[in-house]
Amino acid sequence: MKPENRWWVILFAIGAVLLIARWFVLPGGFGRAYVRAVPQAVDAEHPDGQWVVYEQATMADYLEAERTNPDQSVYAPSPSRTLGTWIAAFLTLFVLSFVIRDNPLYKIAESIFIGVSAAYWMVTGFWDTIVPNLLGKLAPGLLRNWAVPGLGDDQHPELAYLIPLILGIMLLWRLSPVGGWISRWPMAFIIGTFCGLRLMSFLHADFLTQIRNTIVSLYVVDDGGGFDAWQSLKNLILVVGVLCCLVYFFFSLEHKGVVGNTARVGIWFLMITFGAAFGYTVMGRIALLAIRIEFLMDDWLWLIDPTNKRLLADAAGFFLPLFGMG
Amino acid sequence: MFEFFRNLDRRWIFLMMFLCVAVPIFVIGKYKTTFPEKPLVLATNVFNEIDNLPDGSKVLLAFDYDPGSEGELGPMATAFTLHCIKKHHKMYFIALWPLGRQMIDNAVNRIIKADFPHLRYGEDYVNLGFKAGNEGVIKVIVTDLRKLYTTDSRGTATDEIPMMQGIENIQQMDLVINVSAGYPGTKEWVQYAVTPFPDRIRLVAGCTGVQAPLLYPYIPQQLPGLLAAIKGASEYESLVMAKYGGENISGKYLEAQRRMGPQLVAHLLMIFLIIAGNVIYFVERRRGVRQ
Repeated sequence: MKPENRWWVILFAIGAVLLIARWFVLPGGFGRAYVRAVPQAVDAEHPDGQWVVYEQATMADYLEAERTNPDQSVYAPSPSRTLGTWIAAFLTLFVLSFVIRDNPLYKIAESIFIGVSAAYWMVTGFWDTIVPNLLGKLAPGLLRNWAVPGLGDDQHPELAYLIPLILGIMLLWRLSPVGGWISRWPMAFIIGTFCGLRLMSFLHADFLTQIRNTIVSLYVVDDGGGFDAWQSLKNLILVVGVLCCLVYFFFSLEHKGVVGNTARVGIWFLMITFGAAFGYTVMGRIALLAIRIEFLMDDWLWLIDPTNKRLLADAAGFFLPLFGMG
Repeated sequence: MFEFFRNLDRRWIFLMMFLCVAVPIFVIGKYKTTFPEKPLVLATNVFNEIDNLPDGSKVLLAFDYDPGSEGELGPMATAFTLHCIKKHHKMYFIALWPLGRQMIDNAVNRIIKADFPHLRYGEDYVNLGFKAGNEGVIKVIVTDLRKLYTTDSRGTATDEIPMMQGIENIQQMDLVINVSAGYPGTKEWVQYAVTPFPDRIRLVAGCTGVQAPLLYPYIPQQLPGLLAAIKGASEYESLVMAKYGGENISGKYLEAQRRMGPQLVAHLLMIFLIIAGNVIYFVERRRGVRQ
């Protein structure tokens, strides 16, 4: 057996043993989800127009409701959400398996993610952009009767929105085997508009205002009239850092002598910035890993219960003595 | 030993990192305890910006993130929402990310409906939902909110929502709170809302670690307070809990502080690996075996 395959067999065996042990040894089961039935009504004038929304609940809610009234039907286990929890758990493991090497399980998770994302974006684009921003402006009456009953009666058709409709059709012309050049016109419009928007905002927020923010006093006086050495030092570092970094990116003069030394200081400032960015990135990635592991231990395996979702003794109480804790 | 570290399979590092994150989560989850937190100036500024507002102020909460960054930003969103509730602020939720709508629903269900059921939709909080258009949405709503938001996320006309009466644009908000995972996010709120209207719109934000270095230049003039990554969330959470937490704090309001445990251990491992990698590099260079 190849060493790679041996890794896989060992991991699968450990996982299977833990799951079986979790199932048979520890009480209470695991990986179940619960819901609360919340009746809804259209409004007081339509008492027959009722339906039920199922909101997420906890096992603690369910057990408390059962204890109070064994015949209650508000709280109940949810097979569909339980299935969702298990699918989420396995997809998490599939994605994490990539750290060993690329494999079919990872590919399955990746494909599902791409497919779901694409579909979600299509549906969202239709209902949140085309329907309210285009159809809602061109035919508000139709939309009120068909999809958005709450749309105000004072909304009237705005024919100016025919222009984006035409531009949109021209953009889709790209899919046609002939006349693909037609899509360049709306594309040019989009690029021009976007450039104008971004240019002005960057000039204002990131150029002019940043220059103003860098003009700070190097001799700061505190509220008592004394010299604020700490704030003065911070301002000095800010000004020196900005100037040195600017010199580093100034290539019209050869980086020798004073210019070279200043640029070298600029490199140090940049390196510290990159280090800080790396540190923040590490922190962010660890946080993402932590929430997935917390999901596996809490929502799926019920090994921990930090938010008191379950009234039963959690499974950690079984494991901790094995490690000399608890 | 030197040869062992020099040829260390990366999968051992992954396994070590997994254990460094998993074991603290397991222990902290069991004992329901957290590390002590000392808030720094940026988190304190965020807290003060919200806390110093008069009770019942109008606060716009823009949840511009999705489940991919829930681990970092979810605790911030929870703490922001709880803080606004405790201050009796009127909460206007919006999202510039499609899945931000679900993040708003999550906060409403987990916090408002679960622990503060007396709060009434439309009078104490409203979910205006997601609008496509990225920074274009901000550009419009700073001067005309109703041009884009004719209905809330449920399809109710905004004219019929009590707390929307008299609201024409977001310059009327006393504070804008942005939870940002990228584009569009805090940078766009600074560029299109705060910078053109510096005297009328105040913004505080919580962002992912990746974004934080890009947002520091805006502090403090354009962005008085910033929660950077889970550390910022933890500091802010500790401030909110210290003032409003009471005796028995629910575990869902301690998410960020709980996640600082795995952060500590994982960072110690990272520091060790960086030092070890550098030592190996310099020893190799001294031995002249660089490849």
